Amino acid sequence: MSSAALEYNPMELMISVAARYLEDGATVVVGTGAPCAAAMLAQKLYSPNLMIMFEAGGIGPLLPSMPISVGDSRTFYRGVAASSMPEIMGLCQRGIVDYCFLGGAQMDQYGNLNSTVIGSHARPKVRLPGSGGANDLASLAWRTMVITPQDRRRFVPKVDFVTSPGYLTGKGAREAAGLPPGTGPYKVITNLAAIGFDADSCRMVVESLHPGVDRDTVAASTGFELLWSDELTQTEPPTADELQILRQEVDPLRYIIGRA
Amino acid sequence: MPELFMPPDVDAAREYFRAKPRRMESKLTSVAEAVAQYLHDGDYIAIGGFGTNRIPTAVLHEIVRQGRKNLGVSGHTATHDFQILAAVGAMDRVDVAYVVGLEARGLSRSARRMFEEGRLRVTEWSNAALAWRYLAAAMGVPFLPARVMLGTDTQAYSAAKEIFCPFTGIKLLAVPALYPDLAVIHVHQADVYGNARIEGIGVSDFELARAAKRLIITCERLVPPEEIRRQPTRTSIPYFLVDAVCEVPYGSYPGNMPYEYFSDEVHLGQWLEAEEDPAVLAAFLDKYIYGTRGFADYLELCGGSQRLQQLRRQELLISANGDASSAQGGQQR
Repeated sequence: MSSAALEYNPMELMISVAARYLEDGATVVVGTGAPCAAAMLAQKLYSPNLMIMFEAGGIGPLLPSMPISVGDSRTFYRGVAASSMPEIMGLCQRGIVDYCFLGGAQMDQYGNLNSTVIGSHARPKVRLPGSGGANDLASLAWRTMVITPQDRRRFVPKVDFVTSPGYLTGKGAREAAGLPPGTGPYKVITNLAAIGFDADSCRMVVESLHPGVDRDTVAASTGFELLWSDELTQTEPPTADELQILRQEVDPLRYIIGRA
Repeated sequence: MPELFMPPDVDAAREYFRAKPRRMESKLTSVAEAVAQYLHDGDYIAIGGFGTNRIPTAVLHEIVRQGRKNLGVSGHTATHDFQILAAVGAMDRVDVAYVVGLEARGLSRSARRMFEEGRLRVTEWSNAALAWRYLAAAMGVPFLPARVMLGTDTQAYSAAKEIFCPFTGIKLLAVPALYPDLAVIHVHQADVYGNARIEGIGVSDFELARAAKRLIITCERLVPPEEIRRQPTRTSIPYFLVDAVCEVPYGSYPGNMPYEYFSDEVHLGQWLEAEEDPAVLAAFLDKYIYGTRGFADYLELCGGSQRLQQLRRQELLISANGDASSAQGGQQR
């Protein structure tokens, strides 16, 4: 870190932190927005052999810009293959996909995600799009990553609808339901903290606090009780390299990082 | 109990396909005639492409124009396509994987209203589940086993069933074959018989074309049958699956068409805006759909050849001054 503190916004922080988890040679299925930006940043800075895929069929594009749809032509621009939904979902089901990135309107302590309805299913207060490929990716990818702002509206004791599986009701529940063993939520990257999951209880455990954030703020922004890592650390802020590549190469028109 | 709108009756499907004509004859027709002949009130419809990418917009407009109602819809990432049908409430039941949203662009108010006012019978699925339901139908088997949706409310509100593998004993989800009454798929090239080529990602259209009882193809351009035979490797859909062929240049507009033109984010934004107020939406539909004689009129209203030229350059990453631009050729909004 340089001595002069770099300026950055919460979106730039979340994307930079998420990118550090994607190791070279891994496969990742992403959507549009922040997850795609994180994968692009990782590929340009840390993991040149990161294989990026999109659920509609794009495999290994050299992304010229942010896709606006997970099925637009950017998602296979100069790619290694323009395949199909059954192909990508088959890759996931065969165990070839290491990471997926998801979001949701609500999430609980086990990482279960709701992107279907707020309110009741029969007469929703807000009807949201539904699973799309999210349930499939959360069911089948080895590790599910989530990038989301953290507040009590999103981090709730009970989601209105379990669209995509986290650890369901706790340890062993995924396997009992029939989901492939060894899969599940891995990290949740928020504007406040980086959060993992406890191996025994499968509940969220805060692993690092972002610069300037304290435990009380994180707890107050969460609608359930969080666990805290014994080795709670402070998140490294975005580096000069991360910010430069993010701003100049990944998202020069600030579609994503300008939302913060 | 969640409804299974389309039971997987494989033997009835076999009888249907046994009787389906296979003569290699011209199926070239107009969009209006194709919709009049092959889509009836109450039918179950599936749209190819991916919501705002390679969609058969002309057919969707024509469904609105002809006032089809009580349709069943497969919501395998149906975004702008679903939005068009929801604007007039053309459907009464839907298998949902992804509808209502237009990805990062926002939520369709018309689509939301239909759900929130309880005007739809709804069964939930995932994108893979619907893709594999098409695949099961394409294979002629009543279901495929899958490892998705298990343990979630998506499963609880679906019509899938749990089974156990007879070989390994593991629990699986059986997703039933889905044979839509009609599928509509926009492609890059086709001949008059219906042999069709798709460039870029196929999404689930290879499977959908083989699952649907009836199939309307719209194409960017017709090619001579000899061109198809010159490179049979490129045929995505063979003619005997196809009932009607319509040539609709720029037919995916305002959606993206790979290698041809990018999505028109300005016009898609106008759709979302118009939907906020029912009176504004009615005027919008009058202007762009009811008031037009066909798709060429619509393109003209949206900026015509000048706008399409911009979208073509955007797709090909050519900047305004003619440079091929690798970094900035993104979305102009």
